[in-house]
Amino acid sequence: MPKVKHVSAKNGDVIVLVGTMKGAFVLRSNKSRKKWEVGGPYSIGSPVYAMAFDQRQGRRRLWWAQQSFQWGTVLCSSDDYGKTVTEPETYSVKFPEESKLTLKNIWQITPGRNDEPDTLYCGVEPAALFESHDAGKTWSPVEGLLNHPHRPKWQPGGGGLCLHTIVPDATNPKRMMIAISTAGAYRTDDGGATWQARNNGVRAEFMPDKHPEFGQCVHKVVQHRERPNRLFLQNHWGLYRSDDAGNSWNDIANGVPSDFGFCMATHPHDPETVYIVPIESDQYRCTPEGKLRVYRTTNAGESWEPLTRGLPQKNANETILRDALATDTCDPAGVYFGTRSGKVYGSSDDGKSWRVIIEGLPAVVCVKAAWVGDDRKNLPRRHKGTENKRAKSRPVKSRAAGKSRPAKRKAAGSVRAAR
Amino acid sequence: MLAIAGSPATVAEALTALWKEYPGLRDRIVDEQGTVRQHINIFVGDEAIRFADGLSTKVPADAEVLIVPAVSGG
Repeated sequence: MPKVKHVSAKNGDVIVLVGTMKGAFVLRSNKSRKKWEVGGPYSIGSPVYAMAFDQRQGRRRLWWAQQSFQWGTVLCSSDDYGKTVTEPETYSVKFPEESKLTLKNIWQITPGRNDEPDTLYCGVEPAALFESHDAGKTWSPVEGLLNHPHRPKWQPGGGGLCLHTIVPDATNPKRMMIAISTAGAYRTDDGGATWQARNNGVRAEFMPDKHPEFGQCVHKVVQHRERPNRLFLQNHWGLYRSDDAGNSWNDIANGVPSDFGFCMATHPHDPETVYIVPIESDQYRCTPEGKLRVYRTTNAGESWEPLTRGLPQKNANETILRDALATDTCDPAGVYFGTRSGKVYGSSDDGKSWRVIIEGLPAVVCVKAAWVGDDRKNLPRRHKGTENKRAKSRPVKSRAAGKSRPAKRKAAGSVRAAR
Repeated sequence: MLAIAGSPATVAEALTALWKEYPGLRDRIVDEQGTVRQHINIFVGDEAIRFADGLSTKVPADAEVLIVPAVSGG
């Protein structure tokens, strides 16, 4: 058994949580983010698909989902970065018997809004949303989604029918967007009582009808708190932006080697900036052309630039999964991603340059990052009070409904949205 | 090795007695629907209950009930 090491973080430090197929790790650095200490592995031998850090109301609580072939999936927590672990005697996240469902895995753990400091959410497999309003002591399924009329028609993807993305709206407490593979994106505007499919414009290449109401394999949806009506979406083929809270989506695959990918993350301070890691195709789920490239837009998707300094540009056939890309809230922002080959890369300068933080891990499936301490002090001056700042980006023209790209993509060259 | 007081007639009754003493075991051995988890094997003596009557498998007096996690992984 590996020897378990522990880290301890103080205010001002940066932590990166890494969930792998054989346990969870906690990386810790100071704000320079040059040297990293490694804590773990925790939940040794267990796939850890989801991790989260809750530092609302002075907490310093790690959450992670420990999955076991034998013993099922249980939500664990620690208030000292893993040194002591709370694994509940009775599992806290589980389906009611009358649902006829059984929990296979927890795919996402999301702390609620700052003004709801005791609220947390879990996205699970089979697709459902669980919520807690007592800081994680007790959990219950969100009935409006559990009993959704579309449920009987939701189909699993290769990884299972999973609710993997939870986006509580930054300003509207009644609104939330979630994403399910392969049911698509859904939004509630009434606190979870009802949910509507929000996939207008998002294609499903694997369906006879390429633009169904639901059934897309949405891989990730992100929102920046300063632009709550704007969302970005990485699809199983397709890169999109919505400027109306998800009512409609427009193609923004401008200058990327592939519009297939899994992960996506926003810059913590710039609502125009988003990061992705394009993947060649659904047939060959590795980075295109053997090059490991993060792509960044700084104009909300009008164009994308490759970020490659410090990343291998040959013989790099890497896979970065949907929850394995994250940013911290420092300035300049730290950006981190983990690969299925067990490497974690980090940038401490908004993605301009990268280095390997740690390698030799089991396959990485989840990466989260946090600047420990008061987030508000870290807001760069240029972004304070910028709610009324004019967006640098222009509205995106929508593609005609029903028009979709060819299913196959060439590996070389770029994909450009038709105007 | 745990000795269960009483004379449970079936594996289901034996497990119920086990949960009373060790409630934390329940969620780890059966799922929300009360079904034994896929990678857990339960034996009455040498007989695997999945090839017998499942949770209704009879438990003779002084029988040994074994709960064995399968060798699963990857």
